[in-house]
Amino acid sequence: MGKKKEQDTRFSKFGTVSFTSITKVNDFVEYLEQGKVMGTRCKNCGLAFFPPRADCHQCLGSNMEWFEVTGAGRLVTYSKLEYAPVGFGEDLPYAIALLDYGDYKVFGRIAGDVPESEIRVGMEMKTVVNRLPNGQLNYVFQKA
Amino acid sequence: MGKVGIIGVGQSAFVRGYPGSIRELAFEGFKEAMQDAGTTTKDIGASVICSAPEYDKQRSPAGVFAEYLGLTPQPTFYVESLCSSSSMGLRLAYSLIKSGLHDTVAVIGFQKMSEISSAESQERMGRGADIQWESPFGTMMPAYYAMYARAHMEKYGTTPDDLALVRVKAATYGQINEKAVYRKPVTFDMFSDPESPMSGPVASPLRVGDCCANADGSSCVIVANEEKAKAFAEKPVWILGLGAASTSVNLAGRDLFTGLSVAQQAAEQAYKMAGVGPKDIDVAEVHDCFTIAEIMAYENLGFAQPGEGKELIKSKETYKEGSIPVNVDGGLLSKGHPIGATGGSQIRTIVLQLRGEAGDMQVKDPEIGLVHNIGGVGLYGNVTILGR
Ligand SMILES: [Zn+2]
Repeated sequence: MGKKKEQDTRFSKFGTVSFTSITKVNDFVEYLEQGKVMGTRCKNCGLAFFPPRADCHQCLGSNMEWFEVTGAGRLVTYSKLEYAPVGFGEDLPYAIALLDYGDYKVFGRIAGDVPESEIRVGMEMKTVVNRLPNGQLNYVFQKA
Repeated sequence: MGKVGIIGVGQSAFVRGYPGSIRELAFEGFKEAMQDAGTTTKDIGASVICSAPEYDKQRSPAGVFAEYLGLTPQPTFYVESLCSSSSMGLRLAYSLIKSGLHDTVAVIGFQKMSEISSAESQERMGRGADIQWESPFGTMMPAYYAMYARAHMEKYGTTPDDLALVRVKAATYGQINEKAVYRKPVTFDMFSDPESPMSGPVASPLRVGDCCANADGSSCVIVANEEKAKAFAEKPVWILGLGAASTSVNLAGRDLFTGLSVAQQAAEQAYKMAGVGPKDIDVAEVHDCFTIAEIMAYENLGFAQPGEGKELIKSKETYKEGSIPVNVDGGLLSKGHPIGATGGSQIRTIVLQLRGEAGDMQVKDPEIGLVHNIGGVGLYGNVTILGR
C-alpha cells in the first residue's frame, strides 16, 4: 500500500455550509483568505467567468487566469429571508442578491449591516470578503 | 407519421403525510389512469417513472414501481427534471412512441415529501440550484422566486396585492377540487391581517400566502400511438405541441429576471409545433409554485404582454368564465406541489377539460389546452399543447 494521497479540500471553507470540498478552482478560497474575490478568464478566447470555472465551454480550453472582482456592480434584485434551510438558521435574517458587473454577474449576500431601508434595486454595490462567525469564508455586498 | 394521444389520466389525492409507502402512493394515480384508459398491464409497452431524487431512501424507483404495478418485464425508465419531471416524462413517452419502439407508455410521477421536515425539504429544494456557488449562501426556492418578484415589481410596478389576487383565485378552485391539499377559502384581506398565516413573511417580497404547499401525491398519464389511442379511447386527447428548454443553474449566468427564458423558449417551440398561438388556447395549467410564477407565466406564454400579467388577474380574465382560464383546478398553490407528480396532474386537468369531464371546474367547451411546467427556479421549462 502506497502513502495515502493528501486531498485538497480547501473549498469546504466556502460559505456557511459548503456542499463541495474539492474543485479545480480551490484557489478561490486561497484568494478569499487574502481578501480577494476572484473570477477566471479563458486565456485562449478571453471569456470571463464568475463564478470561476476551470474549463471554457466556448473554446473547450482549460487554460485559465484569475482576475479580481473590483469596483462596483449594479444591484439587479434581492430577497431578505425570514426562514432558512437547515444549517443556516443562525445567520437569519439575511438577504441574497445579484450584482451586475457588465461582463459578468455575482450572486451572493448583502452585508448584514446594510439596513433594508437603504437597499434599492439599481444601486451600486461592491463585493467584499467576509469571515463568518463559524470561521467559514464567503463574500458580501456593501454600498459602493 | 401518426399522432400521439393521451388515453388515460389519473392522480392520487394530494395530501400531507400520505399513510403508505411510495410504491403504494404510485399505485393510486396508476390505478385511476388505467381504469380511465381501459387498459391492462399487458397493454403497456414501457413505463417512465418521474420524481425529484433525494426525498426517498429508495434508489432507482423505476424497477420497484414496475414490479409493484405489474409492468415487468417491459422496460422502465427514470426521468428527473425537478418539478417538471413528469412533463419531461411525457416528452420521453412521445418520442418512444413516435420512434415506433413502443405503442403505449405509462408516465408515472410521484413524490412523498412528508418523509422529511419542512426545513430539510427547503434544503433539498435549495440544492436543486447551484450547490457549489449559491447554496453556501443559504438559498431556498421561495427566496429565488422572490428575487424574480422583486425584479418584476421594480420594472413593471407589479405589487404584493396583485400577487395576493393569484392566491385568491387558486383558493376559489382549490375549494371545489377534491384532490387538493388546501381546500380552505383565502380572501384578499388575509394578506393584510397580521393574525392570518397568509400574511407572514417568508422571503421578501413573498409572504406565506404566495407559496404553494408541499404535498405527497402521484399522477399517471397513459400515452398511445394513433391506432391504439383510437382503439382504446372514446375521446383521445392529442399531443399537438411539445417544447422544452434549459438555462444556467446559477442566476449569475442569466440575463432575464422578470420572466423565465425557459418558459418563453418552450412556449415558442410548442406553439410552432402545434401550429397555434396564445389566442388559440382555451384553458391552461401553469406552474404557480409561487404567485409571481403565475404572473410571469401569463407573460412568457403570450397571454399578456411583458409587464401586463397583473392586468389579467385584476380583470379576472384567468378565472373560469374569463377569456383565458388558468389553473381552474386550484393550481399548485391550492392543489399542492408533490414535485414529480405535478406535471402529470396538470396534464390530467387539461385532458379532463378537453373531454368535458372537469365537473364543477369545467370551462365552456375548450378545444385546445396548454400545460406550462417549470423545474427548479426556471432551470427547466416544459410547455405541452393538447387538443381534442
Ligand atoms: Zn475559451
